[in-house]
Amino acid sequence: MNRLNVNFCGVDFKNPIVPASGTYGYGREYECLYPLSTLGGISVKGTTLHRREGNPAPRVAETPSGMLNSVGLQNGGVDKFLSYELPNLVTKDTRIIANIAGSTIEECAELAAKLKGSAVDMIELNISCPNVKQGGAAFGTDCTIAGQVTKAVKDNSDKPVMVKLSPNVTSITDIAKSVEANGADAVSLINTLLGMRIDINTGRPVLRNNVGGLSGPAVFPVAVRMVWQVANAVNIPVCGMGGVSTWEDAIEIMMAGASLVQVGAAIFADPYAPVKIIDGMQKFCEDNGINNISEIVGTVKPW
Amino acid sequence: MYKQGKYQIVSKKNLAKGIFDVEILCPEIAELAQPGQFAQVAAEGFFLRRPISICDIDKAKGTIRLVFEIRGKGTEKLADLCKGQLIDIIAPLGKGFKVLEGRKIVCVGGGIGVPPMVGIAKAYGENAVAISGFRNMAAVILQDDLQAAGGKAILCTDDGSAGRKGFVTDALTEQIAADKPDIIVACGPMVMLKNVAKIAEANGIECQVSLEQRMACGVGACLVCACRTVRDGKEIHSHVCKDGPVFDSKEVVFE
Repeated sequence: MNRLNVNFCGVDFKNPIVPASGTYGYGREYECLYPLSTLGGISVKGTTLHRREGNPAPRVAETPSGMLNSVGLQNGGVDKFLSYELPNLVTKDTRIIANIAGSTIEECAELAAKLKGSAVDMIELNISCPNVKQGGAAFGTDCTIAGQVTKAVKDNSDKPVMVKLSPNVTSITDIAKSVEANGADAVSLINTLLGMRIDINTGRPVLRNNVGGLSGPAVFPVAVRMVWQVANAVNIPVCGMGGVSTWEDAIEIMMAGASLVQVGAAIFADPYAPVKIIDGMQKFCEDNGINNISEIVGTVKPW
Repeated sequence: MYKQGKYQIVSKKNLAKGIFDVEILCPEIAELAQPGQFAQVAAEGFFLRRPISICDIDKAKGTIRLVFEIRGKGTEKLADLCKGQLIDIIAPLGKGFKVLEGRKIVCVGGGIGVPPMVGIAKAYGENAVAISGFRNMAAVILQDDLQAAGGKAILCTDDGSAGRKGFVTDALTEQIAADKPDIIVACGPMVMLKNVAKIAEANGIECQVSLEQRMACGVGACLVCACRTVRDGKEIHSHVCKDGPVFDSKEVVFE
């Protein structure tokens, strides 16, 4: 018996595990290891209106229990996604979450409009990319703009819209409430934490972009805390992510309040991580008499 | 097509100061591997895997060899692994060198760029000339392997303490004059690759270079290992792990 199927914003997922945007491309690179149908869904690489070349290299720096990246939303643009990636993805029997990012509110609205009527199951509106100069985190760190972008996308979309939040803010609950008030169907968090590393021999930052987003197990406790706070502040479902690497992490972030879980950087260390997490969660349910994983969402008993 | 797993180390050698040669029993990977491809190697206690080029492939024995240099704490950890222990690798990854049946090749390696020349020289057998360059005699590695590959092996050192004194590019120019190859392949420092590419172009010879960049996934999903290339007259960011590590030298922007 599958105890892992969840309904998130009216969309049925066979399990709550979704590779996070930017860590899994469009699934093509991992298909030779296991069928993509094993996964609850895939949040595809951040897609912009036009093709982007991204930031210069180096774009990655290792950190204790994690990494920094400064890819800068390199992608082929929404038209290529619709004509080349989506037709392939729809044959894979997994939910497709289109992650979109615009540099202006109008661009975000246009992206949403382009996805209207497509086979995409959900939209994840990225208002939190730390690696781009326009849009990105500039949207996600201001309550008013975050609300305006959300509304513009909702007004132009026929899909459930989940808004991906930045942890690089004073109060993530205020941003969450603002996007909820403007029609967001869900929120996902956390995007990466802005960080920096310096090569002490050259005095130069390791990343060519100087700064980048921190992910991996190092950020997991921050993610758990923010998911818990946001889940208690809004009435829309929460998709939790940030350093989830094991099935125990996935259970923990669900107990904090996440109904769907994204797995990101862990895939770089172990490409089978999502599969192992799914298997471990199923066993956890069986061992603990849990009929459906949704029963544990938000069940943390705070002191 | 690649595999991920923990495989047994069947031999480990210290080739020079800080340079190690690890032979791994992994028949399914050896079967798939092509010269010029690489492995993503997990170092215990470190989050990201280390990309290491495949030095040699023995399909009959079911082994591959990885030769790497200690560059930091992660590779230092890898150097601690011993014969009989398991090593966690994802391989074979990326695009390897072209193997042109019955054609002549010159393989040019500099320093820690020499290891992948063993596999490709072997694939061309007696049609291969391998030119390798090192700082000095103490840094010289893999000469027996390059000689056993089938063709000629030319050793260069910057200070003349072993082989001929001078750069690999001088030896390459002489070799082209003596016996023009159909293809040149190279791996080593960027400045060496740039000069090899120039010589190849001036002589109208096809040239492939193997590039290096910091990586995360190693399979083409995360896009961190960007390198500047030219396609259809436009400069774009390609990715060393999936589009490379081997590129046609005419595509590469050497800065």
